[in-house]
Amino acid sequence: MTMERIQLAHGSGGKLSHDLVNQVMWPAFANPILGEMHDGARFSINGAGLAFTTDSYVVKPLFFPGGNIGKLAVCGTVNDLAMTGAVPLYLSAAFVLEEGFPLVDLKRIVDSMAETASRAGVQIVTGDTKVVEKGAVDGIYINTAGVGQIRENVNVSGCQARPGQDIILSGTLGEHSIAVMSERHGLVLPETIVSDCAPLNGLVEQILSRVPQTAVLRDPTRGGLATALNEIAEQSQVGIMLEETSIPVQAAVRATCDILGFDPLYLANEGKMLLFVEPEYSSQILEIMHGHPYGRQACVIGSVIGQRPGQVGLSTAIGGVRLLDMLTGAQLPRIC
Amino acid sequence: MCLAVPGKIVDKQDMLATVDISGVTRKVSLMLLPEAQAGDFVLIHAGFAIQRLDEAEAKKTLELFKELEKYAELDA
Amino acid sequence: MQSLTPEEQRRTAGFFTTEISHRVKRPLRLMEVCGTHTVAIFKAGIRQLLPAGVELVSGPGCPVCVTPNEYLDTAIAYSRQPNVILTTFGDMLRVPGSSSSLLVEKAAGADIRIVYSPLESLDIARDYPDKQVIFLAVGFETTAPTAAATVLTAARADLKNFSVLSSHKLVPPALQALLDRPGVRVDGFLLPGHVSAVIGVEPYRFLQRNFGIPAVIAGFDPLDILQSVYMLVRQLEDGAAKLENQYSRIVPAAGNPAACKLLEQVYQPADTVWRGLGMIPSSGLVLRPGYSAFDSRSKLPVVVEPASEPKGCRCGEILQGSIKPTACPLFGRSCTPDHPVGSCMVSVEGTCAAWHKYGAGRWQL
Repeated sequence: MTMERIQLAHGSGGKLSHDLVNQVMWPAFANPILGEMHDGARFSINGAGLAFTTDSYVVKPLFFPGGNIGKLAVCGTVNDLAMTGAVPLYLSAAFVLEEGFPLVDLKRIVDSMAETASRAGVQIVTGDTKVVEKGAVDGIYINTAGVGQIRENVNVSGCQARPGQDIILSGTLGEHSIAVMSERHGLVLPETIVSDCAPLNGLVEQILSRVPQTAVLRDPTRGGLATALNEIAEQSQVGIMLEETSIPVQAAVRATCDILGFDPLYLANEGKMLLFVEPEYSSQILEIMHGHPYGRQACVIGSVIGQRPGQVGLSTAIGGVRLLDMLTGAQLPRIC
Repeated sequence: MCLAVPGKIVDKQDMLATVDISGVTRKVSLMLLPEAQAGDFVLIHAGFAIQRLDEAEAKKTLELFKELEKYAELDA
Repeated sequence: MQSLTPEEQRRTAGFFTTEISHRVKRPLRLMEVCGTHTVAIFKAGIRQLLPAGVELVSGPGCPVCVTPNEYLDTAIAYSRQPNVILTTFGDMLRVPGSSSSLLVEKAAGADIRIVYSPLESLDIARDYPDKQVIFLAVGFETTAPTAAATVLTAARADLKNFSVLSSHKLVPPALQALLDRPGVRVDGFLLPGHVSAVIGVEPYRFLQRNFGIPAVIAGFDPLDILQSVYMLVRQLEDGAAKLENQYSRIVPAAGNPAACKLLEQVYQPADTVWRGLGMIPSSGLVLRPGYSAFDSRSKLPVVVEPASEPKGCRCGEILQGSIKPTACPLFGRSCTPDHPVGSCMVSVEGTCAAWHKYGAGRWQL
């Protein structure tokens, strides 16, 4: 932490974000529940297992192909709960509004939140609204928190990865990131590129009710697939080996990455998940995913290995192998 | 130093072309490649078309790779 | 090659690597000049596929890496001026100068904007007529013509509030300077495909004529690179020193004459300092006197802090291919991609960053 000020990269979900949490937040808040470093906290009250999570949403633009900040705020929190293996139940919604923000936009955002919550089967049961002076925020920021109930007989966690397990990805990478930045740099995207923003709890429900042996669930949001897998490799102290050619990416997403010098493996997703399971259950899980609208293109992208604990390797199209690191800083458009 | 992507010119208005890069479209300047025409594949760098793709040469390279691939199969 | 199936790609790669292994009789040092090649090589895992005797070393072909601190310090000094908007490729943002970086200045409030094309700077200049818009013009022969075209467009539009801080560099003079140094050993060159798309084949002829070194102009696909290494190995096996063109689909012998002409109209060669290599005669580009109204340095004089290079950093030797990143005492310790000390660590395509990010290119189980 030699830099004296917060930079944008501290919020990008990569290494600097981790440093910030480890060096500033963790020393102040340290406790065993936080120490699990899961997408949501898990604890029990009077014998009932609960999951609890919170997230703030500051996306720009507020409306993008395939969604808006409101839909994102509901999906993100529902998914964080779902990834702990819990059944999401209740959400809160807190709004920070900029003076002068159009009411019609707020209405659109709120309606979209209500629709997404209803689709996900959760209720928004408490909330808060603050208005700040013009310029103090960029239109609207939303915070949601959520509570869910932990399923019995299920133990999914980033610490449960074991050598031999298959790694399943529920679909193509990067659409959310690319859709959100579509208006920048004069790029015009085809209609196939819309944000993948979606509540995944229904799909998780189907999977966990039939394959409770599922070991790890994780949604590769900020920092992308590479960062999510590095976190799991670290938490479980295992190695991970991916097959580059098995990782699904739409051609237009790949092209946008080629133009701007991005890597799809580091792009944020808002409706995709990673799942680790013993290989004998893989075909059953793939069958469930393929029958669900949010998992049609699911596939096995790699496996857990005993060597190289804490690291992720990628077997390339031409047969080479290389390290797949965590995101460092934010991805910036580059020409080099 | 020099990331560049190939794209196909789908429209040309004076020195400004619309290029299609695997379904993504973008306006690029033709100031550095004024003779490029609609239908050409061009190499794009920093918002400019900087070279035309020679399709015959591209085909030759591809065919060579396919040819060599067969030898690799024999070796194995 | 998008038209090859993954299986075909793997087998073609297998052909090249097997042939290379069979034909290499002595340890070889092959230099990829271009930073985009460096990244492609690491990303595809090519270093691991090659026999141990074939060492790929990176040359001075990452523009961010060879840009001296003095340039960054100047850019930073401009960014601190209240009436300036700095436009830059994303590549330059994280590069440390003597005591700061553009990213730090941006966090402190400087108006710094990332552009994908230099032309975007002109739109910004039109939108903010009260501000001075300065474009950080870095890059080699591939990028320099895009800056030249932008200056020309600004001149035609009579834009008064746009200028470039130019640090463009030329590849052939740097290769010449590198080979003139005592103790530098390179057995063959992978030449930069996209620089060559602009300048063509002939400017590299001196490699063969003056130094007797084989060279291949290479494309950027993993199979392009493997084929180019194979072509170099074949030449070395035959004792040849030819200049070959693997990337013929993009590089015609004459390059891009229109781009070269435009470049010459706006820029002229000048002596310039390369980080790690020092002053190299006629290896840089400065605006011709007729375009001085678009030259930030002459138009907007600024006080710049005295430049200091980071202590203990061995980027200079790394840029000449004379040591590996692991030989630098800072590598992986005080110098990492999230806290870079030297320029080779900060640029995505810097040698040190690639070694760090991709696990030295050899990630064996």
